[in-house]
Amino acid sequence: MHACSIRNLTKEYVLKSETVRALRGVSFDVPEGDYVAIMGPSGSGKSTLLNLLGCLDQPSSGELLLGDDNVATMSDDQLAEIRSRRIGFVFQSYNLIQQLTVVENIQVPLYYQGKLGAKERKRCTDLAARVGLGNRLTHRPMQLSGGQQQRVAIARSLVNDPYFILADEATGNLDSKTTAEILALFDQLNNEGRTIIMVTHEDEVAQRAKRVVRLRDGLLQSDVTNDAEERQRAAARALELIPTEGAEAQEKVEA
Amino acid sequence: MLWMRTLTLGVKSLWLHPLRSLLTVLGIFIGVASVIWLLAISEGISIEARRQIESLGADTIMVRSVKPPSEKLSANSGVTPYGLTRDEYDMLVETVPTLKSAIPIREIRRQFMYGDRLVDGRLVGCTPEYAEVTRLTVNSGHFISDAENFLRENVCVLAARVSDRLFPYEDPIGKHVYVPEHTDYYTVVGVLQHRNASAAIGGSMDSQDFSNDIYIPIKTLQQRIGDTVTRRTGGSFEGEVLELNQITIRVGSTDVVKSTAALVENALSSHDDMEDVAVVVPLELLEQAETTRLMFMVFMGLVAAISLLVGGIGIMNIMLATVTERTREIGIRRALVAKQKDIVSQFLVEAAVLSVVGGITGILAGIFCRPAIVWARNFVSAAYPDTMAALPDVVRNVTPTIVPESIPIAFGISLFVGIIFGLFPAIRAAQMNPIEALRHE
Repeated sequence: MHACSIRNLTKEYVLKSETVRALRGVSFDVPEGDYVAIMGPSGSGKSTLLNLLGCLDQPSSGELLLGDDNVATMSDDQLAEIRSRRIGFVFQSYNLIQQLTVVENIQVPLYYQGKLGAKERKRCTDLAARVGLGNRLTHRPMQLSGGQQQRVAIARSLVNDPYFILADEATGNLDSKTTAEILALFDQLNNEGRTIIMVTHEDEVAQRAKRVVRLRDGLLQSDVTNDAEERQRAAARALELIPTEGAEAQEKVEA
Repeated sequence: MLWMRTLTLGVKSLWLHPLRSLLTVLGIFIGVASVIWLLAISEGISIEARRQIESLGADTIMVRSVKPPSEKLSANSGVTPYGLTRDEYDMLVETVPTLKSAIPIREIRRQFMYGDRLVDGRLVGCTPEYAEVTRLTVNSGHFISDAENFLRENVCVLAARVSDRLFPYEDPIGKHVYVPEHTDYYTVVGVLQHRNASAAIGGSMDSQDFSNDIYIPIKTLQQRIGDTVTRRTGGSFEGEVLELNQITIRVGSTDVVKSTAALVENALSSHDDMEDVAVVVPLELLEQAETTRLMFMVFMGLVAAISLLVGGIGIMNIMLATVTERTREIGIRRALVAKQKDIVSQFLVEAAVLSVVGGITGILAGIFCRPAIVWARNFVSAAYPDTMAALPDVVRNVTPTIVPESIPIAFGISLFVGIIFGLFPAIRAAQMNPIEALRHE
């Protein structure tokens, strides 16, 4: 079973009289439990692909299957439905709603589905705890660091139990230590069986994925599976950046 | 359930900008309150006008003598008789089948004296029915009786103000009022309650101020004073011969008022040449007043509707600003879950909340219209009595009366305005491309 599969996907934009062919026939599959990094220079079509995968836009031609549904031909409402039930978004700029608290931000996807009972509220609180923000439920995004905000976004992406998590430069705004933390969180989620598709331009980040898809000029340039050992080494290197709780306590004492 | 949550969300978003929301609400508040106020005031004015016309009696017809234009009076004889005659009165009483009663009235301006107090007023000769037809109420004593009229007795009934001025410290009953011009004394047999002046009606009838009247039996007047009234002013001499100033006819029901009026006009057609008789039908005036009232209300309603429209534009303005400001949020919501209609309903709910809050507070303010205006009037009368006295009667006496329909109408319009003016910004928000909305800074 594929979490998503793409068949000969094209996307053209008409800007004034000029037609921009952002994607010119891309095909690949993402099996369930996969961890794919999509890379490519600017103008390669990776943002376009991400928008298509996120059902925010519709392809000019080709097939885009999420599970069994071909989303290429769906109406706007149907796409919203798919987004709400099957895709978890994590954005570079977090995209939290500033007026809402941490837990309310996590609840947003459930809100429109009209199912927000005691059970769901508990689930949201649990997810906040799961990303390490159990004691910040009533904070507003402004009161959180970038890394914390991204954790809220990740918790939010998990709340509807999606087919896959779509991360767009999720670590682009973060320092290396926080990046390491977020990537560790992604590793954990992937180990639990979550499918992750992330767009990045950082090689170090891409190294952590199981597979790297590279785009160039709207075409698939390469689709390489990362060496498992290499991944582990990268993960281990990154882990060194994350202070353990003991070390953190130590630092405080020293300070 | 979902609606409840959308509502909570809307209120929360509005609460983020309390001042802005307040000002927007104010627009609708003023609109709704002014609908209710303006309608209440116009209703108050028209009720007052109707009351005045009704006080003339809807089932009455007034036939009045009018001084003819000077070219119609013959120049040589000096004094020309004009107007209604007693014969005509008898003729009308005998021939008009629908007539229930008829009152002959003669009015002369005179001075009255008691002791050294002097009052200008109107000497009114009439029959006992006069009090009932013109709705005069006796305060003490009695009104002129049939016997007093028949016996041509020298009795009089005082209107409230005349009584107050001639007898400030005494009980007038039994006292004698002197009319210097005729060297006559009249014994006071009754005093009336105060009564507001009646409305002036077109050109055919001045506003009637009953407060300076002294009533005496018409037969007494005829015998004591006669039909010729002379007045010497400076070196010149003025006179008129007039038997009756007015005949007030009462018919059994309002249905026959118009036909009877036509009959009376026909019967008095001999006066057509002189143009010295006018027929006044209060019922027609009442109907005219009703039309005027409707026009007035439509006009006032229009003015108020414009202010609601302005309030609506305020809502639209603020909602458009909000949509622009919250583009990012809309993008997030759209990207994550929300359908277009969810976004529409979210913004629509906000607009509706603004207008409903404005509507409800406006209605509350509208309900306080009456006490507020009465208070303001009392305040102004106390602080600036002269200014107040200079204002027209309508302004001084109007008591706003809330038109019950105006409340649901005002509320309905405000909600309608909120939704109509909220719809465009809401749709605009929903139609934003989520990708672009997310990129919005």
